Amino acid sequence: MEEVDGEPIITLIPGVNSKKKQLCFDWGPGEMLVCETLFNKKEKSEVVPSCPSIYIIRKNEDFYCRILRKLFNESHGIFVGLQRIEEELTGKSRKAELVRVSKNYRSVIRACMEEMSQVAIAAKDPATSSLFNNQVAILSAMELVWNLCEILFIEVTPAGPLLLHLLDWVRLHVCEVDTWSAEVLGSENPSKHESFWNLVTALVLQGRLDEARQMLSKEADANPASAGMCRVLGDLMRTMPILSPGNTQTLTELELKWQHWHEECERHLQDGTFASSGHLESLCKIMLGDEKALLEQKQQLSNWYHFLVTRLLYSHPTVKPTELHFYAQSSLDRFLEGDSSSEPLDNILMAAFEFDIHQVIKECSIVLSNWWFVAHLTDLLDHCKLLQSHNLYFGSNMREFLLLEYASGLFAHHSLWQLGVDYFDHCPELGRVSLELHIERIPLNTEQKALKVLRICEQRKMTEQVRSICKILAMKAVRNNRLGSALSWSIRAKDAAFATLVSDRFLKDYCERGCFSDLDLIDNLGPAMMLSDRLTFLGKYREFHRLYGEQRFVDGASLLLSLMTSQIAPRSFWMTLLTDALPLLEQKQVIFSAEQTYELMRCLEDLTTGRPVHGEPDAQGLQDDDIETTKVEMLRLALARNLARAIIKEGSLEGS
Amino acid sequence: MFVAHSIAADHKDLIHDVSFDFHGRRMATCSSDQSVKVWDKSENGDWHCTASWKTHSGSVWRVTWAHPEFGQVLASCSFDRTAAVWEEIVGESNDKLRGQSHWVKRTTLVDSRTSVTDVKFAPKHMGLMLATCSADGIVRIYEAPDVMNLSQWSLQHEISCKLSCSCISWNPSSSRAHSPMIAVGSDDGSPNAMAKVQIFEYNENTRKYAKAETLMTVTDPVHDIAFAPNLGRSFHILAVATKDVRIFTLKPVRKELTSSGGPTKFEIHIVAQFDNHNSQVWRVSWNITGTVLASSGDDGCVRLWKANYMDNWKCTGILKGNGSPVSGNSQQGNSNPSLGSNIPNLQNSLNGSSASRKHS
Repeated sequence: MEEVDGEPIITLIPGVNSKKKQLCFDWGPGEMLVCETLFNKKEKSEVVPSCPSIYIIRKNEDFYCRILRKLFNESHGIFVGLQRIEEELTGKSRKAELVRVSKNYRSVIRACMEEMSQVAIAAKDPATSSLFNNQVAILSAMELVWNLCEILFIEVTPAGPLLLHLLDWVRLHVCEVDTWSAEVLGSENPSKHESFWNLVTALVLQGRLDEARQMLSKEADANPASAGMCRVLGDLMRTMPILSPGNTQTLTELELKWQHWHEECERHLQDGTFASSGHLESLCKIMLGDEKALLEQKQQLSNWYHFLVTRLLYSHPTVKPTELHFYAQSSLDRFLEGDSSSEPLDNILMAAFEFDIHQVIKECSIVLSNWWFVAHLTDLLDHCKLLQSHNLYFGSNMREFLLLEYASGLFAHHSLWQLGVDYFDHCPELGRVSLELHIERIPLNTEQKALKVLRICEQRKMTEQVRSICKILAMKAVRNNRLGSALSWSIRAKDAAFATLVSDRFLKDYCERGCFSDLDLIDNLGPAMMLSDRLTFLGKYREFHRLYGEQRFVDGASLLLSLMTSQIAPRSFWMTLLTDALPLLEQKQVIFSAEQTYELMRCLEDLTTGRPVHGEPDAQGLQDDDIETTKVEMLRLALARNLARAIIKEGSLEGS
Repeated sequence: MFVAHSIAADHKDLIHDVSFDFHGRRMATCSSDQSVKVWDKSENGDWHCTASWKTHSGSVWRVTWAHPEFGQVLASCSFDRTAAVWEEIVGESNDKLRGQSHWVKRTTLVDSRTSVTDVKFAPKHMGLMLATCSADGIVRIYEAPDVMNLSQWSLQHEISCKLSCSCISWNPSSSRAHSPMIAVGSDDGSPNAMAKVQIFEYNENTRKYAKAETLMTVTDPVHDIAFAPNLGRSFHILAVATKDVRIFTLKPVRKELTSSGGPTKFEIHIVAQFDNHNSQVWRVSWNITGTVLASSGDDGCVRLWKANYMDNWKCTGILKGNGSPVSGNSQQGNSNPSLGSNIPNLQNSLNGSSASRKHS
């Protein structure tokens, strides 16, 4: 298969002069930075360069359009629903379901078009109006292509109903008719209206023969001279054999009947039944599928695929899907003859008629700058098992390729990225790793957003991303001195080292200010306390304070002692702990037992002799400080007194 | 299709490097005016300069951000033979109101005897580490063991490349299957000098970096080099900016086939070569998923290269300027709501030859 080469898209950056300067650049998650520079450092520029500008380049997918966002949101819902259909259904019910999905997508496109048309009409300035009209045109083209793909690939409409579907397809997209219809019927003398014959012709071209007949009857009423002819033509219209849904006749029967009818029309033409009315005669010719007559109506047909369908209606109504592309090609050629060359949309439609799905997708990818259309359509076609059957091994890879492109684009947007997550989820090869790369880069401006991102990562067991994001937030919090926040992020990151660091800061704060910040957090650490020794100490130390506050002195005392003896408390903190013991030692009742008092004394001696235990180097210099010396003295005294009292108490009988 | 917003840069001399931070909400620029500027993006999308300070006593060639796990940290390198590490200090409330922040120098790396041409932080899983390269042909790797104390950096490795170095790139892959790897490019002009692209790999046993490969097919001066982010591939992709754009794949050869304990051997293939810039290519850089390569050349354009689903690389976009003046307000983009059409005639082809169409 030939590689279709699209030309690279050129973006001009106003203000940059590529002839004089070069560009340095950097990628961002959703944008690119570009700046003028000169790379060859050896060259000295003569002129001091004027103050350059920095350029931020973004893909022109301006999601700020509320209406497009709706399209993305709604199609996301359909996409996710479609992925779940997969296993359950088979055979006919599966096909019906897939067709339903296709129609859903199309109705979402149409709803979007509708809203945009309204905006275009309501727009005050012509520039905005034209912008929105452009968008409507593009959406209309998409719907046109999608609709055709639905008929040919998804519904796989066989000969017979095929033509009916194609007629519907054309009617949906060439709809001046309805406007004229309203105008003409609304006027006083419909048949005298200047657009009357245009209308009738257009109706006939679209195979809307009942309506055409009604028009003719108006003409018959208004112009008795032509009544006879109108009646005849009307009869011909009425009797044209057409396959209606639910009709049980076979194609062969239909063909036979149609042949007879065709001959009857031919006879009338030869007999000159309509000779006195140019209009009626030309209508008859059209109904005979006379190409020349059809091509005279180029204006009305307005495009070659209308020409194609009308041609088929009146010359090969039982056309088979496989025969379509012959007629399509010749229709295109004849319609465009000399006037213009084929355009991208024509190529896409032609590829569809040729049942070359890959070509359709490829051409669409080149023409449309947003991946939305090709991604969703390809995914749907893949579910119809069409990509594999078209024998190229990368069938499923193409689906994934397009979905990845689309989803990556969504991540550039501050809220649509959430839709992107689901698309990545359904890309089995590279979806997960792509999601990991993208989700890390989402700026976490608010706590809410951070939690949302984390939840998504946790659901998917992306532990490294969770850790990294929490670490980033913890670091940011520490630098802004929000210790409580830093601590909770460290815990969530399961980052023991950082938790230790933050705990140290808490303790330092306490030493400086005499109180704790973020008590709620520390009080409710729960099992998270075990993350790091320092954190455990922090939690337990706070617990000591609580016990003290509740006057549960004995429990508090035990806890305090255990903090030192179990080595959980950093040595640098022992002085503080011992000082905390003072009020307990000074109480009227004896709180520390003799045993405990001996322990306390031992701790104090350890500290003051400066003997480093377990390599903690930070307990020196205590003796140099006067205040410290006084404290130590006081402690020694208090400990001695307590010891005395404890020994006496313990040595006495109960109840003394 | 892309749209460009412009911001007045305010540097007094040529800007040599621009760099986005990890999240794309801050950027840094450095210039021959010896200063670095930091810009922040506000909630409504406008960019404001929040810091501007003199960093070196010579032109500043490159500026780069550390991973935000390490806080707000920048590194810069300069013609003045030094590289420096900067950290943002959370300012006084006055500064916050004025929208200004302060950056302090944490360390100056003075080991180089010549202009330091590139500085790059290592992938975050290696800790807080950076590499510099100089015109004296030496790549130096520094580490800050304590992330909370950025004034302590130690020189861990000095890799002699024998040729004047212009650029370095760390392999971002954090897979356990790959040892840390760094590619070095040289812009040495003499034709005899062969090793314009060298790849060094860290050896766990010797605890040193050893040369793993030289790309022998690159014989012209190399200006930039970039490993692509790895999406789980077993092989590496390296882009080289030289007289053209080249993309190489490096497939590790199975260990059994190489002498044990030595650096990995690689099968090197060139998967793409483009000379569309018609001249020297100065910069190459990958997007975050490693699916698009951007290059910048003497022709004043930035080109975007992408592989399709069949792994064929081609140019998908060009950014350039034709010198036309900026019109209207900067910072205002097109508010074009767009599923877009690359080919404007798409609309015409809907309309057919002449009749316009309305939609029901």
